[in-house]
Amino acid sequence: MGDTIGTMGTEAFEQLVMGLEPQCRKREQSDCAAVDVPVSALETLMRNLRDEVRLSFDMLLDHTAIDHIQDGRFELVYLLYSTRHGHHLMVTCEIPRTDPIAPTMGDLWPIAHWQEREVFDLFGIGYDGHLDLRRLFLEDGWQGYPLRKDYTDPDMLEPA
Amino acid sequence: MSVTVRTLDELLTPPTAADSPLSTQEYFVNMGPQHPIAHGSLRIILLLDGETIRKVIPVPGYVHRGIEKMCEHMSYRKIITLTDRMDYLSALMNNWVVARTVEKAAGIETNARIETIRTLMAELQRIQSHALWWGVLGMDLGAFTAFLYSFRDREIIGEIFEETIGARLTMNYIQPGGLMYDILPDFVQKVKKLLAYVRPLINEYDTLLSGNAILQERLRNIGILTAKDAVAFGCTGPVVRASGVPYDLRKLEPYGVYDKADFDVVVGTKGDCWDRYYVRMEEMRQSIRIVEQLIDNIPEGPYMVTKYNARLKLPKGRFYGQMETARGVLGVFIYSDGNGDTPYRMHFRSPNFNNLWAVTQIAPGWRIADYIAIQSSLDLVIPDIDR
Repeated sequence: MGDTIGTMGTEAFEQLVMGLEPQCRKREQSDCAAVDVPVSALETLMRNLRDEVRLSFDMLLDHTAIDHIQDGRFELVYLLYSTRHGHHLMVTCEIPRTDPIAPTMGDLWPIAHWQEREVFDLFGIGYDGHLDLRRLFLEDGWQGYPLRKDYTDPDMLEPA
Repeated sequence: MSVTVRTLDELLTPPTAADSPLSTQEYFVNMGPQHPIAHGSLRIILLLDGETIRKVIPVPGYVHRGIEKMCEHMSYRKIITLTDRMDYLSALMNNWVVARTVEKAAGIETNARIETIRTLMAELQRIQSHALWWGVLGMDLGAFTAFLYSFRDREIIGEIFEETIGARLTMNYIQPGGLMYDILPDFVQKVKKLLAYVRPLINEYDTLLSGNAILQERLRNIGILTAKDAVAFGCTGPVVRASGVPYDLRKLEPYGVYDKADFDVVVGTKGDCWDRYYVRMEEMRQSIRIVEQLIDNIPEGPYMVTKYNARLKLPKGRFYGQMETARGVLGVFIYSDGNGDTPYRMHFRSPNFNNLWAVTQIAPGWRIADYIAIQSSLDLVIPDIDR
């Protein structure tokens, strides 16, 4: 099994991840091992996380985004899991709110194609290199991206 | 960096003639959004060459209710009611994963009684859910009798839920900090009676359907999903276990009182439809084992450790919790900004959403009739895909 998060502890584990990519920072305010990475280094980091034997994150459990409207940025959240070692990692990446574009992870984990389509559909984040970027839940002609905090719709009920 | 956005119409352009000396042409067939095997509104577009599937394009969204957006305006207790409406056959487990994540984030410690009852209820529901799937798979493949048997037995478990919880489908039972109601004094006795009834049933199911030559022909060696693909496609639950990956959170990251029960993680060897079928049949037996071991030892204690109407405020931060539902790993991602008792962002990693896309990998090369078996063996619940 080698070094896993179980034998290493969260901090040493995060150190190992951050050693892969110098631009990586520890992500505070998270209940599990988490790192933050600039978008320029996202693809290399993810590839290393998948291919590095001691980490071997072979499953992309989840991908989603958070709309930090006050800071004018989106936060992309990736949750990775390794079926080999049984450890988890949260990777976050911040991109500007205007013209948001991130590289696709579809080449690394095929499921990313559809998880990214969901994020595109609901947040309007574009994925560079995505081969089939379409609306997922909403119809093709839909205006706006509903999970953005400033989304309005004529049929929307105002929250109390 | 540049991004090209496509539309569904572009994908459905008239295909060119297939590479074949015969004069054949590939064509699209639309399955759904209303189709008897979808068990919900899921549209599937198949690109066919004769009867052979070349490509599968799932088009979800017909039951999209924007649950994640609604969560942003609801307190954590109210969110529980929404989770019932995602995977309605695993409603209790959906309740539980939100309750557990919120408890972990808010630092609420529950007691052994609450955890035992939660585990028991979840396992009873797993049996009920798998029993329903079994009957529905039979119906999809033309064996309608199985459907009647499974609904008869599902009813018996449903009565226990109804007596304790007051609901049959949308439970709203497991709350952050405890349970909505305590169990009734005769709960233990009734569950024991149920076990005595259900135990021989699984064998009856086997004699009724599993050994059937037609069913075997239609499931064995059909729709093979390799372990590598299953993991890369993010499949969880019985689907990934049937491919031989022993990924079961009840064992790997025990929650509730699963660590006190002795049970086996069922895995397949090949990843065909038959393995997915048999993993679920065997899981019903394992769930019965878990219930048997826990039912006699429900500890005493209160069934709610917080005030029922307490405002739950989470600290600022990102919280992720996950749990094994009847269909796979349901994850809850909460981002709380530390203000008020509503999440800033709530996201559900639903098992069916991730399992669905495996069909695009499995189905090409198989016939339309096999597609029915493949989709049925994935056990999809559509409202959980769309949320």
